[in-house]
Amino acid sequence: MAHLNYIWPLSGGLLIGLSAAFYLLLDGRIAGISGLTASAFGWTGAGVSPLGIGFIGGIVGGAAIAFTYIRHAELTIVSSPMLLIAGGLLVGFGTRLGSGCTSGHGVCGLARLSPRSLVATATFMAVAAATVYLMRHLIGGL
Amino acid sequence: MTNRILASIFCGILFGIGLVVSDMINPARVLAFLDVAGDWDPSLAFVMGGALIPSSLAYAIKQYRSRPVFDTEFHVPTSRSIDARLVSGAVLFGLGWGLVGLCPGPAIASLVIGRWETVLFAVAMIAGMFAYRKAQSGQSAPLRLN
Repeated sequence: MAHLNYIWPLSGGLLIGLSAAFYLLLDGRIAGISGLTASAFGWTGAGVSPLGIGFIGGIVGGAAIAFTYIRHAELTIVSSPMLLIAGGLLVGFGTRLGSGCTSGHGVCGLARLSPRSLVATATFMAVAAATVYLMRHLIGGL
Repeated sequence: MTNRILASIFCGILFGIGLVVSDMINPARVLAFLDVAGDWDPSLAFVMGGALIPSSLAYAIKQYRSRPVFDTEFHVPTSRSIDARLVSGAVLFGLGWGLVGLCPGPAIASLVIGRWETVLFAVAMIAGMFAYRKAQSGQSAPLRLN
């Protein structure tokens, strides 16, 4: 995988942060993608949310725009189908059980200094790093 | 309500552009960041750091505002309890994230790339969310004894 000039992750991060900032100040809500996805399907207990559908549709549209006009990203995925399914199930169930993911706890939660989000972010970061260590350096299957 | 929906679409677009520009949608980049014992790639620290600047500012501005522009009140979680649900959910999420290198935002954004791998992951992720919903509604349903 080629080295990426840090201007890319930095400016991409700024855009993600701007999105969270606007969503808070305009709609008064947390830009947490796991919660928004579940709300788009009506699985958060408040019926199907047009805001969830709008945000998720926006992500797909924004990614298509960026992929076409700004940066033709190359994805490297080496996981087997079994791992993809297991990983997807864990991410879907875990983010709902833990009330958030990298965006809701990571970006929004840390920004508002929520102790819950601090614990959640430290936990999923540490577990993810430990999982990669196990897979790459102990089992060597990844 | 229309303004609120338009704002959510606008914010989604910014978010989607950010995921592609930052390379967060590339599982190999994410795994290289998580691989602290290997050939560590610090890119994601820049994504996180960059994101926290505008979002922290917005949460600071919120202190001086009684309501958001398009709604009558803020809908920000107020719970402060660190419980088993929070931690076990984060553990399961971390496990899945570390296995593949995709979290919910990138899983959805990468659908436009047209790779079967991310489609399979996203379908499984949504199935996981559905399973949680089912488990939850099963819990709160009244007990049936016969």
